[in-house]
Amino acid sequence: MTVQSTLRTTAGLDAHDHKTPLATSDLKPRASIDGGRPARRGAHVQIDALQHRYKGMSHNCLNDLNFQVEAGQIVALVGRSGCGKSTLLHLIAGLMQPVAGGVYINGNRVRSTCPRWVVMFQAPSLFPWMTVAQNAALGLRFAGRTADIPTRIPPLLAMVGLTAYADRNVQDLSGGQQQRVALARSLATEPDLLLLDEPFSALDAFTRRALQQDVRRIAKDLGLTVVLVTHDITEAAIMADRALIMAPDPGRIVTDTVLDPGADRHRDSPAFEAERARLATLFEATA
Amino acid sequence: MTDAAYSQSDESPAPRSGAWLAVLKSWARSLGVAALGLGLLGALWALGGWYIAQSPGMRAFAQLAPGPTFERLWIMLQRGEVWAMSAPSLYRVGWGLGIAIVVGVPMGILIGRLAWLRDLSNAPFQLLRMISPLSWMPIAVMAFATWDGAIIFLIFVAAVWPIMFATAAGVKRIDPAWLKVSRNLGANPLHQLIYVILPAIAQDILTGIRLALGIAWVVLVPAEYLGVSSGLGFAINDARDSLDYARLGATVLVIGVIGYALDSLCLLAIKRFSWLRSDA
Repeated sequence: MTVQSTLRTTAGLDAHDHKTPLATSDLKPRASIDGGRPARRGAHVQIDALQHRYKGMSHNCLNDLNFQVEAGQIVALVGRSGCGKSTLLHLIAGLMQPVAGGVYINGNRVRSTCPRWVVMFQAPSLFPWMTVAQNAALGLRFAGRTADIPTRIPPLLAMVGLTAYADRNVQDLSGGQQQRVALARSLATEPDLLLLDEPFSALDAFTRRALQQDVRRIAKDLGLTVVLVTHDITEAAIMADRALIMAPDPGRIVTDTVLDPGADRHRDSPAFEAERARLATLFEATA
Repeated sequence: MTDAAYSQSDESPAPRSGAWLAVLKSWARSLGVAALGLGLLGALWALGGWYIAQSPGMRAFAQLAPGPTFERLWIMLQRGEVWAMSAPSLYRVGWGLGIAIVVGVPMGILIGRLAWLRDLSNAPFQLLRMISPLSWMPIAVMAFATWDGAIIFLIFVAAVWPIMFATAAGVKRIDPAWLKVSRNLGANPLHQLIYVILPAIAQDILTGIRLALGIAWVVLVPAEYLGVSSGLGFAINDARDSLDYARLGATVLVIGVIGYALDSLCLLAIKRFSWLRSDA
């Protein structure tokens, strides 16, 4: 398979080619995006006796969570609505502070947001008064790295396939394209940790499938650690190396399982289907 | 990965054929409708002038008809009188409106962002807003050393409320997700103000300014009845006192034309800064 044909299948919009296996080795290595800098390992995440309770609540919505995410690992937080998945992600991101316990990234306690760990939300929430390139460059601007914008943003837009749209207003884009801008925006500050809060749930099935594969491949290529919140078992099986199943009242981890759906993670392969079925069974039994 | 990866989706769609023609047609239609409206207004004015000229008791006001008015306006333009009478008024409106923007926009942002300040300020601001700006006139005359200062204050009092409330309403409507995303990307409060809040509410601020300008322009003329010896309000008073009704009519026309031009500038600015596709 050629580089171009491999990549074309990942465009997110081609309904006919979405089953074609992907070759992550065909992707540009991180060094080419970072202007020759060596690839960096993802972040190590440690959740230590974490508890959280919203104001006015009489009981904890998250109770005594303990787990670690290894650098470069993709972990899916799977659970039913209301079990605290998104709350946990917001705590990891530093958007909220826990009432007890802590989140540690590379050994440092998380006390606020930081460009080193970024969240991709369910809605892309792009800024409609800006172009695609301006949206993608926003994190760099906030970090005072405006000098990096000309060298960093074009390769990122190329990576998500939006070079031709760089100067277009984001309102001109489809939902899938907007989510790709959000991905480029998240990656612009060279994060070690990408936190995905059901970012594909509002997209159509074809676009969702392609983006699931794209994001996994890009994360692996860049060596990022990823924590994915989802209630979609198939999505977890496609994207994650490991799944943490959460149960509600209070939100807690009930199952921690390594996923091995086959090297190519092809939806139609027996290995994938068996792993998906195993995860679904675990989910039904515990969540 | 290369751009070829997304060659199918990456191509920017070609501009719609005939888009420019459609825009030109739209402009032509708008101009045509505006010209028709102004023509109807002119016809009504001419009819009124004719009626006055035919009425024995009102014949003294016949010079308010379009013919004498435009004739006088042409003379005033040639002599530079139009600019001489307009410049002081524009100066006063500019200052009054400028101060109203400087006070109204930050205050509106604070009211929109801080619920406690909104609650605290609501009653006093609504009370102050309902006081006619012109009723401040005696206080303004006493409080300011110059007539200009008093008039600028009156314009400020008239203009600040629409700007403040439009700004506050815009801030309240900001999508909370934009603030969360910007925070997540490392924005500090100043970044959020410059890159998120102000662009998000630019249209609301400009709409407030447009409303404020309309009110300020209306308040200007009676405010210039105060002791000043320049400006459009003074010119109207002076023309009435000297029974020069053609000049009075021409000055009224100048007030309308300048007001309309300023309003059109505001409208252009609103269109320029509007990011909503439906407003494009």
